[in-house]
Order: sequence, then structure tokens, then C-alpha cells
Amino acid sequence: MMEQQTLIPHLFRTEYSKIVAVLCKRFGFDQMEIAEDIASDTFLAAVQTWPLHGIPPHPVAWLYHVAKNKARNWLQRESVFRHKVSPALKEEEGQDIDLSPKNIEDSQLQMMFAICTPVISPEAQIGLSLRILCGFGIEEIADAFLSNKETINKRLFRAREKLREEKIRLRMPEVREIDERLATVMTTIYLLFNEGYYSLSQDSTIRKDLCFEAMRLCRMLVENPMTNKPAVNALLSLMCFHASRFEARVGPQGEMVLYDDQDTSLWDAALISQGGYYLSCSAHGPFLSSYHLEASIAYWHCIKEDTTEKWENILQLYNRLLQVEYSPIAALNRTFALAKTNGKLAAIAEAEKLMLTDNHFYYTLLGELYTGIDNEKAIAHFLLALYLAKTTTDKNIIQQKINRL
Amino acid sequence: MDEFVLIMRHPDGKKVASPEQMQIWMKQTMDWIGGIAAQNKYVGGNGLVFDDSRVVRPKNVVTNGPFGEIAETIGGYMIVRAESIDEAVEFAKGCPVLQGEGNSMEVRKIAKRE
Repeated sequence: MMEQQTLIPHLFRTEYSKIVAVLCKRFGFDQMEIAEDIASDTFLAAVQTWPLHGIPPHPVAWLYHVAKNKARNWLQRESVFRHKVSPALKEEEGQDIDLSPKNIEDSQLQMMFAICTPVISPEAQIGLSLRILCGFGIEEIADAFLSNKETINKRLFRAREKLREEKIRLRMPEVREIDERLATVMTTIYLLFNEGYYSLSQDSTIRKDLCFEAMRLCRMLVENPMTNKPAVNALLSLMCFHASRFEARVGPQGEMVLYDDQDTSLWDAALISQGGYYLSCSAHGPFLSSYHLEASIAYWHCIKEDTTEKWENILQLYNRLLQVEYSPIAALNRTFALAKTNGKLAAIAEAEKLMLTDNHFYYTLLGELYTGIDNEKAIAHFLLALYLAKTTTDKNIIQQKINRL
Repeated sequence: MDEFVLIMRHPDGKKVASPEQMQIWMKQTMDWIGGIAAQNKYVGGNGLVFDDSRVVRPKNVVTNGPFGEIAETIGGYMIVRAESIDEAVEFAKGCPVLQGEGNSMEVRKIAKRE
């Protein structure tokens, strides 16, 4: 019994999305809900029969078999209906459902491209990806977004409608449009990763799952020759480096541990070396993407020794990243690196020009920079940060810094 | 917000400085650009190569090098976003080129296309 309680959720996570992708490809993308229903029914059948008859010897094969039968029944009903309405539409009968590894992979990849389209909002892309590509339950998605089931259901419903209206089809993009389409897919994968990495959700298992799902999707892109591009490798490298600090960045009470205070023995060496591998795979071709720069920055952060060389490299990479793509967080991190290389006074002068006055990280940074230079000013900035911070985790970190002064 | 071009006028660094000094200037230039980009005010820019340049005049007259007054040659340019010419001038003041006697930064507003 115990075994089933863990096996079925596990299989749901790994197999649900495969079944949906293959059925969707077979039925047509506009029948996505039917594909999802059949996949859900398949798991319902497992939940109902396995406790009575025991776990079948090949659970995955069992699921595929049941899904195929259910799909065939549906197609038959469809064709009877169509046969009456329009006798010309008979050609779909008798074709089998192909659950081979190759077709599963192709279908999932096509599904990725179909969902990651600017036609629907980034939140909807992430939501649908979690549901359809990663087999997340609505409740888990709601948890990850700090939202409720109704909102997520509505969001996913509208997204499906929109995809139908726009007649989005399940197919690989043409070679000439692949870079542009890949850019959207990569953005969604990175957002999905960040959703997990920086999520405000207290549930750390879900947060980790989001990150590993994002990495799994990216790995699928790397494993397919058509989508194995330098920037995709850079993105995967970046996520490996970040994920390597998972254990180190959360303390025993679930509190956030900042980079400088982390126990480096908790950094995951296997993920760091994977990150290094994909970073070297990314180093060809004429385009230097922002993922390349971010992955290189993340690489230097995985070097434990606190040397001038390390921070000089990080500073120059941030200088370039900001030219390619500005973001407030990159501007703040760049200024932190500047303090490490050019000294706190130089960094204070630069920080005061940033004017990110609604951002608590901005005042936390200023507080850090003034610490040891002018502690009164440091406290004043930390207090502003405390006022602007929204989560208890952030407030606690800032309070600790004030207490130290 | 308008766009301004900051035009750097200075001689060929390779001819007046050691490789070590060049490296220091390079870092200072990168930090200067990064500081503007960190304020989300950087639009674009390029350094210009001094070697093997030409000037084309009327009647297809082509000469080597631009160069009248050596300190008047253009070594690069950067385009920034700024609220006013004064803000753009503040950006220009940080350029390491101005450490050299006789060098200058020219600040010009970019004409808007109708």
C-alpha cells in the first residue's frame, strides 16, 4: 500500500505529460482537453485497480495500454459520430496510438513549442507548461504562484481557448523560424526556473521541483539536434550552477542564507561540473546571448575562493550583461561586484545613481556598502529596506544586519 | 527622454601608452559604460579602429587617415538616454578619455526622425 502511495504520484509526474503529448498529437491540438481527460482517467483506473489486484509487473506499460484503449474507444465514438454526419471522414479509423520513446519525445517537444507562444501571457505559458509538460496538479500550480485553484483553472482555461482560437498546431517550427521560437521557449523555461528559485512559496519541495522540471525541459532541447543551440546550452549551464546552491541557500529553519554566509561544503559538486560541461558546449557560434553572460557569472560564483580576479570577472560580465539587457537586479549585483574590486566608496557613488527607490534590495545594498564606513547611514538604509521588504524572510535578513551594527 | 551621442576625441592609445596602461584604460572604460548601463541609460556604442582608415572627399579623392589635429580624431562614440543635455554631459565627464590632456568629449542630441 505504501508503495502505491508513492508510485502513482511519481508515475503521474513522469508519464501523464507523455500520454497527453502523444494523444494531443494524434487527436489534434484543439482536442487537448480530451487528451488530458483520457490521461487522467488512465491514472484513475490505476488508483482504483492496483490496490485490489496489486501493482502490475510493468506499471508504465500498463498505463500506456490503458491509455491506448481509452484513446481508441474515443476515436471510435468520434468516427461513428462523424460517419453519420459526414461519411467522407473515415480515414482516421484503425490508426494506432504510438507511445514509442521517439514519438513521446517528438510530441513533447512539439507541445513545448505550441505552449510557449507569445499568443498567451507568460504566466499562462508557465501554468500550461506545468500542467501539460510537467504533470503538475492544479493545487501545486496554485501553490507555486501563491494563488488559488479557481484562479489557476480560469487562467489555464482561457489560455487553452486562446490557443484554439489562434489555431496553434502541434508541429516543429521551420528551420528558419527556430531561433525566434526557441527564444520564447527559453524565456518560459527560465521563468519557470526562477519561479522555483526565487518563489515566495514556503513549500521548498515544490520550489525545487519547479527548478528541476525547468532543467528537464531544457535538457530535452539540448538532446534534440534541431534545438541543441549554444544559447540553450548556456541556459542549462546557468540553471545547473544556480541549482548547485539549493541546499546551501536555505538554513535549518527554512530561512534564506545569503551567498556570503553559505556553507560552501553544501554546494552540489555534480551540478557544478554539469554546469561547466554545458557552458563549454555553449561556447561556439557567433551570438553571445544574455544566457551566456549569466552562465559565466554563475560559473564565477561557484568558485569558492574570494579573489580579486573572481570579482573583476564578475564585474566585467555584469558590465556587458547590462549593455545587452538591463534589469534592476543585474544593476544591483554589478554594484556589489564593483565594491569588491574598486572599493566601497566607488561603489557607493555608483549605487546612489541607480535610484531604485522602491526596491528593498537597493537599500539593503546601500546599507551593506555603508557598513564600516558610516554605520549611522548604514542603519538608516537598512531601516528603509525593512520598511519596503514584503516577506518575513527578507525582513529577518535585514533585521539581522541591523542587529550586527 | 532624448538620446544623445557622446563622441570621444583622442589620439590612438596604442601610440601614446604601454599595454599595461591600455589595460587600465580598458577596465576604466568598461566600468564607465557599465555604470551608465546600470542606470538603464545605455543605448549603444562602439570603439573605432585607428589603423587603416580612409577619408573620402569630393571628386573621389581618398586619403589615408582622417587626421588633421591628432587629438581631434574620433576614437569612439556612445549613445545614451538622458533627460537633458546636462545629464548627458554628466555621463561624458566620467569617460577615462578625459584623463588625457587635449582630449575631449563632444555631446550632441540625436535628431528625432519625423
